[in-house]
Amino acid sequence: MSVLLDISHIDMEFPTPKGPFTALRDVDLKIQQGEFVSLIGHSGCGKSTVLNVVAGLYQATRGGVILNGKEVTEPGPERAVVFQNHSLLPWLTAYENVELAVKQVFGKSKSKAEMRQWIEHNLELVHMSHAMNKRPGEISGGMKQRVGIARALAMQPKVLLMDEPFGALDALTRAHMQDSLMEIQAELNNTVIMITHDVDEAVLLSDRIVMMTNGPAATIGEILSVELERPRHRLELADNPLYNQYRAKVLKFLHERHSKPDVPVKKSAQSKPDMEKAGADHAQKEMVEDAA
Amino acid sequence: MNTTSVNAGKLYGFRLPQLDSGLVGSAIRLVALPLVGILAFLLLWSVTAQNIDTSLGKFPGPAAVLEQFDALYSEHQRSREKEQAFYERQEERNAKRVAEDPSYEPRIRAYTGKETFIDQIVTSLVTVMSGFLLAVVIAVPLGIATGLSKTLNSAVNPIVQIFKPVSPLAWLPLVTMVVSALYTTPDPIVAKSFLNSMITVTLCCLWPMVINTAVGVAGIDSDLVNVSKVLRLPALRHVQKIVLPASVPMIFTGMRLSLGVAWMVLIAAEMLAQNPGLGKFVWDEFQNGSSDSLARIMAAVLVIGFIGFLLDRGMLAMQKLVSWDNSAAQ
Repeated sequence: MSVLLDISHIDMEFPTPKGPFTALRDVDLKIQQGEFVSLIGHSGCGKSTVLNVVAGLYQATRGGVILNGKEVTEPGPERAVVFQNHSLLPWLTAYENVELAVKQVFGKSKSKAEMRQWIEHNLELVHMSHAMNKRPGEISGGMKQRVGIARALAMQPKVLLMDEPFGALDALTRAHMQDSLMEIQAELNNTVIMITHDVDEAVLLSDRIVMMTNGPAATIGEILSVELERPRHRLELADNPLYNQYRAKVLKFLHERHSKPDVPVKKSAQSKPDMEKAGADHAQKEMVEDAA
Repeated sequence: MNTTSVNAGKLYGFRLPQLDSGLVGSAIRLVALPLVGILAFLLLWSVTAQNIDTSLGKFPGPAAVLEQFDALYSEHQRSREKEQAFYERQEERNAKRVAEDPSYEPRIRAYTGKETFIDQIVTSLVTVMSGFLLAVVIAVPLGIATGLSKTLNSAVNPIVQIFKPVSPLAWLPLVTMVVSALYTTPDPIVAKSFLNSMITVTLCCLWPMVINTAVGVAGIDSDLVNVSKVLRLPALRHVQKIVLPASVPMIFTGMRLSLGVAWMVLIAAEMLAQNPGLGKFVWDEFQNGSSDSLARIMAAVLVIGFIGFLLDRGMLAMQKLVSWDNSAAQ
């Protein structure tokens, strides 16, 4: 398999009043077509920053991102993002939200009827056909996230970027969404980068788990290849020794990094320019600790 | 979680007894209680009015004002009849002259009777709406532009901040002079006085609308902006699809604020500049000083209040119609 996405030796610095703050140092990762990669690490370690650089929303200070042999310089629909808090336009219905993306990407290449079909197809994929004409305010958090995923999928991205897509959902809905995502990925063979705090989620979904060290100057600590047969079923995996080994490895990494940070945290590093939501982080961190 | 429930409990403790159960409760709340309030006010008014002696007689009570409403309306009808008769007479005379001399070109002279109360209401309403709409046309694009561009905002903000607290009435003399200097067509479409009042209203509406629009635009959820970036929406489509709908609640809040203030300012401007409208009516009655004057002014006060209320309700209804976020419309 060939390398689709090359995240090549990225450094990311943010200017602060007290001089530049180095969020990432030398993050280097090659991702293949059809691979599902999760980024896991503690809050503020710069996972979101990596994703934003790949999305083109941030420009790396050094190094760069190469997708299909072309350097990424700006955001674009071939790197669709599923945001943590769904980011649907609240004044549009589920259908119209997906339509906005489809019109923008396929407005010239597809006819009206084809676009309509394509929108409906994508909403069906995430099991949202029944609520196509509802606005985000009228549907649950899980449903909103489904529409967000449908919108991203409808752009037919080369890489699907997911920023803690299920972080804000309750455990049951989250499990449901994970199953849906696995189904869709099996069908479409998308290349996915997903940020998560959830160890089980990472092991269940990923081909590779990229574990990041604590910031500032965060980088890739370890990469774990998850060689579990697909399709994976969460109930069967619960008793699978290999699954539990993987889980333990990730937990161990997180726990060690948590108690012994690589670099002492300086005062200036306290203001995280990273766009993570504090509340969700807190809840997730507790979960990781509980599991440990 | 904890703090909210504590706060809710605190709030609940301070709450007045509520009539929130069932149809009867809501009927009482929506109809009976307002009626009680109005009746109490009328009673207080008529009792107090009887005890105030002015140089123009007793202060008018509700009955006197009601009588004047009636008088004002019949005056209006009489004036309309007169106007019609005036035009009919002209037509008759013209027809006669044309019959006598076919080369005569008939001319129609406009009726120049005094504006009635109803005419003044219409004038004020037209003025406030035109000034308001002109302000919308200027302020909304300007607000969007300043909200989107920090550079432009830094440049425009000081000016807006300085002009915002200025009473539009202070502009009035300047506006009057500028209009009479620049608006010198021999065949004017609208009267100078109308322009003066209208521009004063515009100046009054402009600033709150610019500020609210800019704040609304600048405060758009950064995730929504990112969605637009990922989709690579062109600038105009970004404004149309993301910026405008996202800031509609704030834009309308600004509009409602401005329209309310504009209505108050217009009346004052009309009094000050003797421009046609309800303000002029009030001033004329005050200068007139007849025994009915106070009752007629009081009638105008009630009408001004009622129209202001209707304007606000109208804006609210429109806000609810176009806005996705109805929590802002309260």
